[in-house]
Amino acid sequence: MAMSETSNIAELKNVLEVALLTSHEPLSLDDLLRLFAERMERATLRMLLDELKQDWAERTMELVQVASGYRFQAREEYANYLARLNPERQAKYSRAVMETLAIIAYRQPVTRGDIEEIRGVAVNSNVMRQLQERDWIDVVGQREVPGRPSLYATTKHFLDDLNLKSLAELPPMDDFVQSEIKLEL
Amino acid sequence: MIETPLNAKIKGEDFTELPKDLYIPPDALEVYLETFEGPLDLLLYLIRKHNLDILDIPMADLTRQYMVYVEKMRAIKLELAGDYLLMSAMLIEIKSRMLLPKPTEIAEEDDPRAELVRRLMEYEAIKLVAQQLDDMPKVGDGISIASAYYQHISQVKPPEVSLDDLAEAWRNVLKRASHFKHHKVGRSELSVREHMSIILRRLKTDRLLEFTQLFDVVNDGIPKLVVCFLAILELAREGLLRITQQQAFSPIYVQIALDLNHGHE
Repeated sequence: MAMSETSNIAELKNVLEVALLTSHEPLSLDDLLRLFAERMERATLRMLLDELKQDWAERTMELVQVASGYRFQAREEYANYLARLNPERQAKYSRAVMETLAIIAYRQPVTRGDIEEIRGVAVNSNVMRQLQERDWIDVVGQREVPGRPSLYATTKHFLDDLNLKSLAELPPMDDFVQSEIKLEL
Repeated sequence: MIETPLNAKIKGEDFTELPKDLYIPPDALEVYLETFEGPLDLLLYLIRKHNLDILDIPMADLTRQYMVYVEKMRAIKLELAGDYLLMSAMLIEIKSRMLLPKPTEIAEEDDPRAELVRRLMEYEAIKLVAQQLDDMPKVGDGISIASAYYQHISQVKPPEVSLDDLAEAWRNVLKRASHFKHHKVGRSELSVREHMSIILRRLKTDRLLEFTQLFDVVNDGIPKLVVCFLAILELAREGLLRITQQQAFSPIYVQIALDLNHGHE
C-alpha cells in the first residue's frame, strides 16, 4: 500500500485536491507535504499544485494562493448568486475602523500614537478591539520609547481574508490623487 | 484658553454671507457634522468642496470656513473633541505666521503651511486606501471558501477517561447531593435498565451532555443517583455511550456512541 501510494501523479493530485477541498483554512506547502508518507520535493509539490489549478480552470471553484497557503474558493462570477444564500449582509465597519486598518496595513508596525498622528483624532480602543477580534491585527512588539507603546501589524489572516498573498498586493497608495477624491456628503 | 480669541474671530465674520453650499437644514446638521472623522477630515472636505489648491492653501479662507463649522458644532452642542479646537489653534497660528513679513532668504520648506499640507496629504491617501480596502471582496463577504464536509474535521480524538476520573466526578455528584438533604425513601422505580433508557432518550435529543447534567441532585435522592450512575456505567460497558474529557479535571461529557446510528444509515 505504502509502496504504491505515491506512484501515480493523478492520485497525488487527488490527495491534494481532497485535502484542500475539505480544509477550512488555507493549507501551506508544509501542511500539504505532510499528506504524503514519502518525502516529496517542494518543487514537485508546486508542480502538482500548478497542474491541479489547471485541472480546475473550467470549474466553478478555483485553486488560489493566499498568505497562509492554498485554498479552493468560488470563482468571482458566482459571488452574487452565493450572496443570496446569506441575505443578512456582513455588517459594515465604520470609517474609523477602516482608516485605522489602512494605517496599520500601509504603515506597519505602528503605535496608537502614530495612528492618532495620521488621523488627527484619538484612537478609540473599541476600534482596535474590533480589528483584533477579527484577527486582522496583532501586537508584534513594543517601541523602545518611554511607555513602551505596542506596535501593531496586520496578520496573515487579514491577507487571507482579502485574498492576498502579501502586503505588496494591497492597492497602491497614491500620495495624492486629486481627481479620485470622493466626497462623502 | 483659545476659546476667547476664537469666539471673537467668529463673531467678527459676517454669517449672512456664507456660501450657499454651506447651508445645512438644521435637523440634518447633527448627523452631517458627525460624519467627519476629525479635523483633518473636515479640512479636506472644505478644501475639496471649494476647490482650494492643497499645495497653496489660502489660509484665511480655509480658517474662516473651518471656524464656521466648528462654531456650528458648538452651537448644537455636539460634543466637540479637543482635536477640533487644537486644529483651530494650529490654523490660526499658521495664518498669523504667514502675515509676518518674510525674510527674503526664507527657504521653500519653511512655509508655515508645510506640516499641515503634509498631514492633509497623508491623511487623504489613507482615506482613499481605506475606502479601497472596504470595497475589496472579503472571505465571508464576496469570497466563498471551499469547505466540503469531512467527518474528521470536527472529530477531535476524544481523550480516554480513567476510572479515577469517573469516580472523582461521581464523588462530586454525591457531595453536591449531600447539600440537599432530601432523604426521600420512595418506592420509585430504581431499576438500572430503566435509567439506561432514560439516559439514552435524553441523549437522543441533547446529543451531548455534561456528566453532571445527568444527575438531578436537587430532586433525586441518593439511591436514585446511584442507579443513574450505575446506568451510565452499564451503558458505557455495553458500548452505547461514549464518555469523554478534554483534559484532567475538565468537564466530562457523555454522548451516544456512534454505532447506535447504524440502523439509520
